[in-house]
Amino acid sequence: MLETWMVSVYIFVLATFVGIEVISKVPPLLHTPLMSGSNAISGITLVGSLIAAGEGHGGLSVFLGLIAVIFATINVVGGFLVTDRMLKMFRKEPSKKN
Amino acid sequence: MNLLSAFAYLLSSVFFVFGLKMLSSPKSARRGNGVAALGMLIAIVVTLVDQKILDFTYIVAGLLIGSAIGVFLAVKIQMTSMPQMVGILNGFGGGASTLVAFAEYLRLSGDPSLTVWRGGDVGLDILITIVLSVLIGTVTFVGSAVASAKLHGIMRSAPILYPMQKQSNAAMLLLILLLGVFFVLDPSRWYLLILIVLVSIALGVTSVIPIGGADMPVVISLMNSYSGLAGATTGFILSNNVLIISGTLVGTSGIILTSIMCKAMNRSLANVLFAGVGAEYDPTVQATAQRTVIRYTAEDAAYILESAQSVVIVPGYGLAVAQAQHVLQDLVNLLTQKGIQARYAIHPVAGRMPGHMNVLLAEANAPYDILMELEQINDDFQNTDVALVIGANDVVNPAARTKKDSPLYGMPILNVDYARTVMVCKRSLNPGFAGEDNDLFYDKKTMMVFGDAKATVTQLVHLLKK
Repeated sequence: MLETWMVSVYIFVLATFVGIEVISKVPPLLHTPLMSGSNAISGITLVGSLIAAGEGHGGLSVFLGLIAVIFATINVVGGFLVTDRMLKMFRKEPSKKN
Repeated sequence: MNLLSAFAYLLSSVFFVFGLKMLSSPKSARRGNGVAALGMLIAIVVTLVDQKILDFTYIVAGLLIGSAIGVFLAVKIQMTSMPQMVGILNGFGGGASTLVAFAEYLRLSGDPSLTVWRGGDVGLDILITIVLSVLIGTVTFVGSAVASAKLHGIMRSAPILYPMQKQSNAAMLLLILLLGVFFVLDPSRWYLLILIVLVSIALGVTSVIPIGGADMPVVISLMNSYSGLAGATTGFILSNNVLIISGTLVGTSGIILTSIMCKAMNRSLANVLFAGVGAEYDPTVQATAQRTVIRYTAEDAAYILESAQSVVIVPGYGLAVAQAQHVLQDLVNLLTQKGIQARYAIHPVAGRMPGHMNVLLAEANAPYDILMELEQINDDFQNTDVALVIGANDVVNPAARTKKDSPLYGMPILNVDYARTVMVCKRSLNPGFAGEDNDLFYDKKTMMVFGDAKATVTQLVHLLKK
């Protein structure tokens, strides 16, 4: 049990370094899409929610899982979509409408 | 979990990292977001196929309801309301973490009705992470809700202060940790977990209400980080590496943005979180200077703009409040057509969240290669004919460079005072958020054009079209 936990800690620490390395290269121009996009990624809790909601023996546990799935799906779907909506607007040339 | 699905989880982690990496350029950013979304899809499909899922009814229901709400929010939201949107999404992520921790606790207990504790061999590590997940998830959920309510104007955005605020918050956190210790010692005491949730809800409220509306960018960034950490703790509970990796990536992202915002506002994180800046802000007391400024009309301004070769526009949040970004871009297009170089200079705290002003201008069809960051543009001001400041104040206050006793001292500012002419569109001479009078307005080369941002810019566009 402790070994699994140690592996998790290793991954946590190393992912921190990857995060600092990758995120610090994102220009301020894109900080809002970065927030909403990374936000959508943090909706990965959905994976945990799915496991909880699909246990099948009913009761409170599955109900909590259902609410968790709803919350996390809002996070994932809303996050990725709104990020896409924003990034679509970033163009190099002004649009021809003007 | 079999080898194949472990590999698929690894693949989706790689996709997340690549997606974030592609956000480093506006050219690849949109595809990057797609890559991250694909990573998420892989993780979801693998979970559905591989994990011991016995009943899909609730899953399908949850996915459908969640998707409908998510799509609705994403399509309907105004770009000016993006900080609230991100706040709400953070909150849902945090809430999901709390719920998963609870559900996992119920599963481990071996008896969902909690009458008998049969989870004897549950490890200490799991129990500790359950407590952390519940704490972080609940604070994120409630804190984000309060922050979003403040930003949306449902709640008063001014700081709400009361005596012993810091101490009582610290006491609550201590209480949670204490309850956590008792829970870990004897995990059959489920009511302790409920108590932890209740105190965390209170803490989520009391830790955000003392923070003023203008400091919300920091809070939103911080909650972004919390929501990532909440996901990571869920990963610890389930020993699921993709959760740990992506949660941690988001956690670091939020922390980096938080520190960028703090630096740009010249404040420490502690000062933002606890000082309650703006609580007793009274503009009439501050405006004591008896100096005079020279008023100009829009006609004067149009004349100067027309004879310039280079113009740099400094937009502030007042611009977005007046919804003037579209007409401002019309002005930029007009200037460009006349062969005048026109660009924007964007201070990190120009909007209500990191990068917010860039999104607002992109929505108004401003091409991103004229949206300049502080470091990119600051050395260009001395070669600029006109610096046009609209709805910004503190971020162009030279006191940040010179006045050692000013609250702004040391804050990075846009050096508009190095330009040949400075034009300031403002409603009044009231000082900015920091309460520091702005010497720039009294400078000989500064033209003050008083009035509403949108009305003034519209008038400029009209005059330049002639």
